[in-house]
Amino acid sequence: MKPPIFEYASPSTVAEAVALLASKDGNAKVISGGQSLMPMLAFRLATPELLVDLKHLKNLDAISIGEDGVRLGAKVRWCDIESDARLAVSHPLLAEAIKHVAHYQIRNRGTVGGSVAHADPSAEMPGIAMTCGARMTIVGSAGARIEAAADFFTGPLQTSLQPDEILTEVHLPPWPAARRWAFLEFARRKGDFAMAGIALHYDLDGAGRIVDAHVGAIGVADRPIRLAAVEAMLNGNRLDDRLIAAASAKARQSVDPPSDIHAPGAYRAALVATLLARGLKKSAV
Amino acid sequence: MKSFNSYIGRPMERVEDLRMVRGRGTYVADVNRPNQLYAVILRSSVAHGIIRSIDSSEALALPGVRRVLTAKDLGSKVPVIPLRLQPLPQLEPFHQPVLADEKVRYVGEPVALVIADSAAIAEDALERIVLDIEPLPAVANRSQAEAKRAVLFEEHGSNVAITWSAFRGNADEAFKTADYVRRETFKVQRHAAMFMEPRGFVAEWDEAAGKLTVWGAAKTAWHNRRTLAAQLGLALEAVDLIEVDVGGGFGSRGEFYPEDYLIPAAARIVGRPVKWTEDRREHIMSANHARDVECDVEFAVSRDGRFIGLRGQIWADIGAYIRTNGSVGPRNVAQFMSGPYCIEHIDLKSSMLTTNKTPCGTYRGPGRYETDFIRERMIDLAAQDLKIDRVELRRRNLVADAQMPYPLASITPYDSSTELDSGDYHAVFDRCLKEFGWDERTRLRGQLIDGYYHGLAIGSFIEGGAAGPKEEARLVLETDGALSVYIGSSSVGQGLETIMAQIAADAMEMSYDKITIRHGSTSYVKDGYGAYHSRSTVMGGSAILLAADKLKDLIRKTAGARLGCKAEQVVIDGEQASFGGEHLAFAGLSGVPLEVEAEFFNKKYTWAYGTQAAHVAVDPGTGHVKVIDFISVEDVGRMINPLTLHGQAIGSIVQGLGGAFLEHLVYDDEGQLLTGSFADYLMPTASDFPNIRSITVELKPCPNNPLGAKGAGEGGLIPVGGVMANAVADALSHLNVQPMELPLSPPRLWQLVEQAETARSAD
Ligand SMILES: Cc1cc2nc3c(=O)[nH]c(=O)nc-3n(C[C@H](O)[C@H](O)[C@H](O)COP(=O)(O)OP(=O)(O)OC[C@H]3O[C@@H](n4cnc5c(N)ncnc54)[C@H](O)[C@@H]3O)c2cc1C
Repeated sequence: MKPPIFEYASPSTVAEAVALLASKDGNAKVISGGQSLMPMLAFRLATPELLVDLKHLKNLDAISIGEDGVRLGAKVRWCDIESDARLAVSHPLLAEAIKHVAHYQIRNRGTVGGSVAHADPSAEMPGIAMTCGARMTIVGSAGARIEAAADFFTGPLQTSLQPDEILTEVHLPPWPAARRWAFLEFARRKGDFAMAGIALHYDLDGAGRIVDAHVGAIGVADRPIRLAAVEAMLNGNRLDDRLIAAASAKARQSVDPPSDIHAPGAYRAALVATLLARGLKKSAV
Repeated sequence: MKSFNSYIGRPMERVEDLRMVRGRGTYVADVNRPNQLYAVILRSSVAHGIIRSIDSSEALALPGVRRVLTAKDLGSKVPVIPLRLQPLPQLEPFHQPVLADEKVRYVGEPVALVIADSAAIAEDALERIVLDIEPLPAVANRSQAEAKRAVLFEEHGSNVAITWSAFRGNADEAFKTADYVRRETFKVQRHAAMFMEPRGFVAEWDEAAGKLTVWGAAKTAWHNRRTLAAQLGLALEAVDLIEVDVGGGFGSRGEFYPEDYLIPAAARIVGRPVKWTEDRREHIMSANHARDVECDVEFAVSRDGRFIGLRGQIWADIGAYIRTNGSVGPRNVAQFMSGPYCIEHIDLKSSMLTTNKTPCGTYRGPGRYETDFIRERMIDLAAQDLKIDRVELRRRNLVADAQMPYPLASITPYDSSTELDSGDYHAVFDRCLKEFGWDERTRLRGQLIDGYYHGLAIGSFIEGGAAGPKEEARLVLETDGALSVYIGSSSVGQGLETIMAQIAADAMEMSYDKITIRHGSTSYVKDGYGAYHSRSTVMGGSAILLAADKLKDLIRKTAGARLGCKAEQVVIDGEQASFGGEHLAFAGLSGVPLEVEAEFFNKKYTWAYGTQAAHVAVDPGTGHVKVIDFISVEDVGRMINPLTLHGQAIGSIVQGLGGAFLEHLVYDDEGQLLTGSFADYLMPTASDFPNIRSITVELKPCPNNPLGAKGAGEGGLIPVGGVMANAVADALSHLNVQPMELPLSPPRLWQLVEQAETARSAD
């Protein structure tokens, strides 16, 4: 479990970092908190020639909250989110979800950018980005671009990031004060990656009917997903036990998780249904 | 006035702790020798295959690589690992060569050793060794082993290495006439000891002196020294095994593994010190696995709830080879299935199956964890069928005080018999019920509260300890009045130094602070047996008592000569020897150290025993089980240190819970290990099981040793799997969910709930 030999650089501007990445023709990797990358190096699952450390880059560690929503710099750590009291109002769904990420030590280092770029299908931050329709700011040799979460996550541990690109910001749309929401996951032990999880939010119209339902799930596909069929079923209706039961059944049908050593796919599908029912109930109180 | 010491029985803090919490412990990774090189091991990634060729030329070309050793470099015959326990000649074909020679038989089997200037360079070199293995079909489970998908040892012709037979009474007759018989199959999953500090060695060969020193020994240093000396053709005195601080053992660490030979041999071959530190991935695939058993058993009970007989077949998947203590678990499952209950008729066979998986060895409570799961489940099933309260059913069948000593089933081959030595099993059982609050809690059984179904369970166990044949102690009263105690026991993190100092201080009526326990080297005493089978306190402690008697005689003799009286007239008190108003302090009593040696011989096991009760809550939607309360009451005969014992009990229970809910070494059908890191092999963490209570009592001292103590490091874990499965079944009794397999993982419980609900709606 000793990483292979690699070169190391810690540039002080994004432009320099991008240039370094570009210089290695796909054989360089960004390192942020290192909490996912270091194990990959130790297991020799990744063998980059060069590590480009983001630690000296300025202005990537802020949580900015404004009329247009919440902007998370790529270097914002889990512990930063956890200790930012504003988020309880500005984005309670995010705050709740991040409580479930990993353990104390890892939370002190792991970053939003690292998690989103790593794109673990069970990870909370990608799940929130997907559910909320986040927009990612990405900088590369060709300049900056903005991409919607739905296009960003492309497969298991895969994103649309090019080898010379750096993710600089995740932008979550504004959060109305009256919004209903829930985040629930089930993990074998506290801090483990979820076996499955659901994130949801919706607003209510004047008549108490659901509008603009967003329902996302983690741990049940090769990437974080939205459950469009469930959203459609919720929109325009009042939340009651019948609707919850129907939405839960719909959730079970609309996922097809793979089986692995930890659980058969059917378990994860049932788990999503259970969590969704519980989440919807919770959102109503 | 005579002063009496009473260190024994006091909750003394461990003398080891201060050193360790200040980061001043010395673990084997902290040992460094001048000029040392580093070894890493090339391990087979193929479960079963024939080695066609090994080409290390590219590895050797890498700067910093000193040597690559393969089986061919180890002489005409590759050394094999002999058995330490139950060394039956018919098991010889299954011994493991220290490096795979013609065949590889499991993923993780050592194939070559790279020696380099750093571990990182050696790992780089590993990737450049071209290993050509022609794969053979693999045997990864019982059905493949029985169907002979492949035969691991072709000369043997079958994958059944040996079958143990436990017998008592006449089971066939008893089953013919029994009122009630239930037959069931059970499975306990493969899991293993995951001590915090992985294994490691530093070996140094002194060519001029012809002497080999090896740091990193644990558990059974003397046995390993004999093995290593014989393998290397060295005299015993030419080999010293040094035990430094050890970060946990649990039965697995310290057994003789391939690396126990490879690292010292490498040091001798390259003529420089060689260091090897195991990483966790290696540990998971190379240190002993454990538990992996299946069984098909029948339980006979009379209509009025008397246990009559146990009969059946056990299959223990022991992996690719039989290493040092590989028979212990499979043997124990059969011999100890009756546990603390009277069961007159027993006929249990336990077959050891060779498979292409990591070899198995002992892990805390070997065989007992498995067999208690089977037995305690059977008892609850019988209680349900016979409509007898399960508390009452157990009470009716516990061995009574008046029946002691009570013989357990005998076992063959490598025949052995043992008997429960003493105990008031009913008193401990009732104490557990009371402390737990069984009666008040029974109203919660089967209740659905906040989405969780509640359930209770109770189970009893026995814990064997104090394996013989002997242990050795050497006591030296130094000229300054301090006492050095050299013992053949070893420390695997159980607080040995503290316990032994308490025993020695009381025996010598000395202050605890004046005593130093030395257990770190095979040169300290002539022979030693070490730390296994919960034996150190009883065996080492008793040896200290015997040695202390001898030392006091010597002190009286020495003092008598100086005081002009007979030795018998000298009174020892308060670290002085006195006669007729004259006092000689221990300090300065003699110009030379006073030294004695003693051995304690004992072939009778001690039998601690206890009862555990649990309260769980099960979420049927996720399959999650919350352990709401867990209590263990155990009688250990005599408690030397309540504080360290309590720590042992709690830690042991947590390991038991890990086995019940989390830990699982998963293989695919081709013998690939799928749980290669702690991301996939789940250990209990600090927040998983916060509610555990342990109470230790001293009702019946052990009649077979001068301390009256019983081995007590393993007990807590033994019945946990059975108790948990019963509690879960109780919680889900409305669905008649009956777990027959561990671990009780959320997906498994969810599946059982789904099946039960489907069955119910079909009715
Ligand atoms: C024991 C353990 C438990 C964990 N449990 C959880 C959990 O429950 N939930 C969870 O979500 N996570 C969990 N994690 C992962 C943790 O949250 C990681 O910190 C996170 O996934 C990656 O963040 P990082 O900053 O450490 O990224 P790094 O490890 O530094 O990088 C990860 C990957 O992202 C790339 N990268 C990093 N930053 C950027 C960037 N700005 N632009 C482009 N590419 C970038 C790297 O090149 C690398 O490929 C766990 C980790 C451990 C070790």
